[in-house]
Amino acid sequence: MTHVIETETQPRPLDDLESEPIVNDFSIVAATVNGSGSQTANNVLMRAIFKMGIPVSGKNLFPSNIQGLPTWFIIRVSKDGYTARRDTTEILIAFNQRTADEDLASLVPGGVCIHPNDVKFTNPRSDVFFYPLPVRELVRQSGADAKLRDYIANMVYVGAVAELLGIDMNEIKAALERHFKGKSKPIALNYGVVVAAAEWVRANLSKVDRFRVEPMEKTQGLILVDGNTAAAFGALMGGMTVCAWYPITPSTSLVDAMTELAPILRADPATGTTTYAIIQTEDEIAAAGIIVGAGWAGARAMTATSGPGLSLMNEFVSLAYFAEVPCVIWDVQRMGPSTGLPTRTSQGDVLSAYYMGHGDTHHVVLFPGTMTECFEFGYLAFDLAERLQTPVLVLSDLDLGMNNWMSEPFTYPEKPFDRGKVLTADELEQFKDWGRYKDLDGDGIPYRTLPGNPNPRAAYLARGTGHNEYAVYSERPTDWQQNLDRLTRKHNTARTLVPKPIVLDDDSADIGIIAYGSTDPAVREAGDMLRARGIQTSYLRIRALPLEATLTDFLARYERVYIVELNQDGQMAQLVQLHAPEYAARVRSVRICNGLPMTAQFVVDSIMRAEQAERE
Amino acid sequence: MTVETKTNGKPQVNRIGLTSQDYRGGETTLCQGCGHNSITSQIIAAAFELSLAPHQVIKMSGIGCSSKTPAYFMSRSFGFNTLHGRMPSVTTGAVLANRTLLAIGISGDGDTGSIGLGQFKHMVRRNVPVVYIVENNGVYGLTKGQFSATADVGQTLKYAGTNVLPPIDICIEALAADCGFVARSFAGDAKQVRELLKAAMSFHGTAVIDIISPCVTFNNHHDSTKSYDYGKAHEERLQDIQFIPRFDEVHIDYDEGDERYVQLHDGPMIKLRKLGRDYDPTNKWHAIELLERARQNHEFITGLLYINTQRQTLHETMHLTSTPLAYLSEEELRPSRERFERVMQRFM
Repeated sequence: MTHVIETETQPRPLDDLESEPIVNDFSIVAATVNGSGSQTANNVLMRAIFKMGIPVSGKNLFPSNIQGLPTWFIIRVSKDGYTARRDTTEILIAFNQRTADEDLASLVPGGVCIHPNDVKFTNPRSDVFFYPLPVRELVRQSGADAKLRDYIANMVYVGAVAELLGIDMNEIKAALERHFKGKSKPIALNYGVVVAAAEWVRANLSKVDRFRVEPMEKTQGLILVDGNTAAAFGALMGGMTVCAWYPITPSTSLVDAMTELAPILRADPATGTTTYAIIQTEDEIAAAGIIVGAGWAGARAMTATSGPGLSLMNEFVSLAYFAEVPCVIWDVQRMGPSTGLPTRTSQGDVLSAYYMGHGDTHHVVLFPGTMTECFEFGYLAFDLAERLQTPVLVLSDLDLGMNNWMSEPFTYPEKPFDRGKVLTADELEQFKDWGRYKDLDGDGIPYRTLPGNPNPRAAYLARGTGHNEYAVYSERPTDWQQNLDRLTRKHNTARTLVPKPIVLDDDSADIGIIAYGSTDPAVREAGDMLRARGIQTSYLRIRALPLEATLTDFLARYERVYIVELNQDGQMAQLVQLHAPEYAARVRSVRICNGLPMTAQFVVDSIMRAEQAERE
Repeated sequence: MTVETKTNGKPQVNRIGLTSQDYRGGETTLCQGCGHNSITSQIIAAAFELSLAPHQVIKMSGIGCSSKTPAYFMSRSFGFNTLHGRMPSVTTGAVLANRTLLAIGISGDGDTGSIGLGQFKHMVRRNVPVVYIVENNGVYGLTKGQFSATADVGQTLKYAGTNVLPPIDICIEALAADCGFVARSFAGDAKQVRELLKAAMSFHGTAVIDIISPCVTFNNHHDSTKSYDYGKAHEERLQDIQFIPRFDEVHIDYDEGDERYVQLHDGPMIKLRKLGRDYDPTNKWHAIELLERARQNHEFITGLLYINTQRQTLHETMHLTSTPLAYLSEEELRPSRERFERVMQRFM
């Protein structure tokens, strides 16, 4: 039985309102209206801070809506390089009247509220600093076209925040130039509003809060990228030839990025002919069918989807598992069950992905936890799928996939493709007793031939029905049993081939923490916070299923192991307990399922409380 | 029982040196007398006569009696017995991966008309190159006799009672999705089936042949419109169809009276000789009208209903490279360092 830990996270009050300036260590929340163009303003702010050498991360909490509902963009500025979400807000940009009261209430004492002067608060607070801005007036003075005014309005807060925090205006301008791809007219219009707002603030308001930025040298050489783009880039570097997909949030931008990058990377500049096919289908069933057909015929085929789409692909994944067809499915997880929260993050598909399909199925599942891994798993997934002749699921999530993250630049993949055991006509000649599903090497992986192979012995009829080693229909009990036994053997081979966990051992640690995927930044930060409170921890980050020996060894070393995840049922904790039943009692589940990315504070509070209970 | 191939005195070896035996498959496990077995025989005959290279053919199917038949022809060809109603998507993926393959898809009325109607229509809409054969018997055989969506109104079955819903006409659905090759035939009309198959195998794009194929176990009684007796008594051929391959050095007399020739890509032709009525198979409106009238008047019209050789295939609309994607080497698939750096610069 898994121990469940219930924790409420508390806002952390600032220690002393009167003391020193707070430099490069706070969160800005821009509360705006969806569809108002605030994304441009937020990304410009974030990029300008990043380019000042200050570590930064951005999280977009947006509604499932095209226009009109509230949206929040959180920019965390952290001199220590922490990128996880925090529950506390120090600087609020209150540009949405509908949520203004709620947003104001979430501000820490001593915090800052920047707002249009026509936004009204029901209960103005006396412990925060207000900076009202004449937004309408500044926009009117910009001379912008009436239909552009809503978009331009967001530039007012860019200018005000820049002035109040001390953000380099040259970096703001550079970010705008990049955003508008050098088009002088929109750059001039937007930057004009930014400058006007900054000048107005300088002339009319006095800075009374403690927050500001100062240039650092911590982001030089780093890139800003989202996980969906990294994944698409990796897949194209890995020779993706067929991508079939159906639009679904939050995976759509993965294929959008692929569509944008593919002509640069993989089209013949002279003729425009391509070495890939990206095809939008009528539904996720067809998307799965196309990649199964393409994988069977020898393509490196993939799709990208999310929860509801993954459910529709079940029958095909069961077929691909049993007919032993390589294909790759990126599941950019969102909140389920059902339609759930389409624009909120989750790690809720772990069990359904691992056991996807009817009958006894278990799959290779990868969990990228960084931008580099999103990129690298983009091509590694094809190698594993073709080596193992099976579907590979890559479980990203909305937080990794759609938010911008700092990362080391990616490196050019040096390792050659692994196309697995594919026999040409000549190679087949060397095999006296070849059968499509015959285990000649003892690793459970048979040799396959591709349609079009002219060797008269090469052809076989792939099927989801019972078959013997020669791919011939069979209902014989021994044929069925032997085939499933071989698939189990193959899964055990997969155990040795998938990426091993990353282990950060602390020799003085009493307890272990296990996490995977997008919770990595929160868990690393939590480790530092716990150390400051006298609790040493070791950390293991799972990167793939099936689970393997590194994990078992880690469990053996620590009396209590906390498994941190973003789902309701502690899905990974369940798998870990099944994997190592001898250590099942050591497993403690730390989980939350509220649609928001993990915070370090939640991990710290959960573990502190449990450790305290342990001592009592 | 083994499916028999009648070679009708033609040479025993075709242009690539294979005998009709080389195009055979395993023994059928369908009922004796099943219409599907007749169609299987004609597929073998057509492939033999066209000298198809077996390894370049892929046999695709869904689930059902019809979908078992790829095991009963062309053992030297690859095949994929996929999921119920989902053969169109798997076929789309396979021909995207390897554009040189000739796909022969075998489906049934349940597989196409019910569970797979969406995939069927989107395959047609994309013009995926495939010979798409519907072995249509109006009934679910493997699950013992339920009505399918192509069963006629008022028809009775022992298991299912009386059908009260209007039938789905596979050919009308194909036409509505802008299919470039739409034909109907009858499993009891071997020659027409064979000539249509050869024409379809030479067509660029989706070729749909809806073949009424009696189910001798569940739907072959005298009042069934999908029975042998009904078909033999009521079949009205639109044309006498003859496929003329490119390699046949025949002299063609372009007599515009009773005969009409349709030129296919790469040279072969279809010769259509007028029978009872004047009919223009290049006019989609006429085709739909003909089928609607036939449905109202309970006529059983067979032949080439519609042909349009002008639509671009999926490969053409996607601007795919001529080398099959599946055969591209690592050098061709992995972008250069220069292209990699160009993308990396976007994130700096």
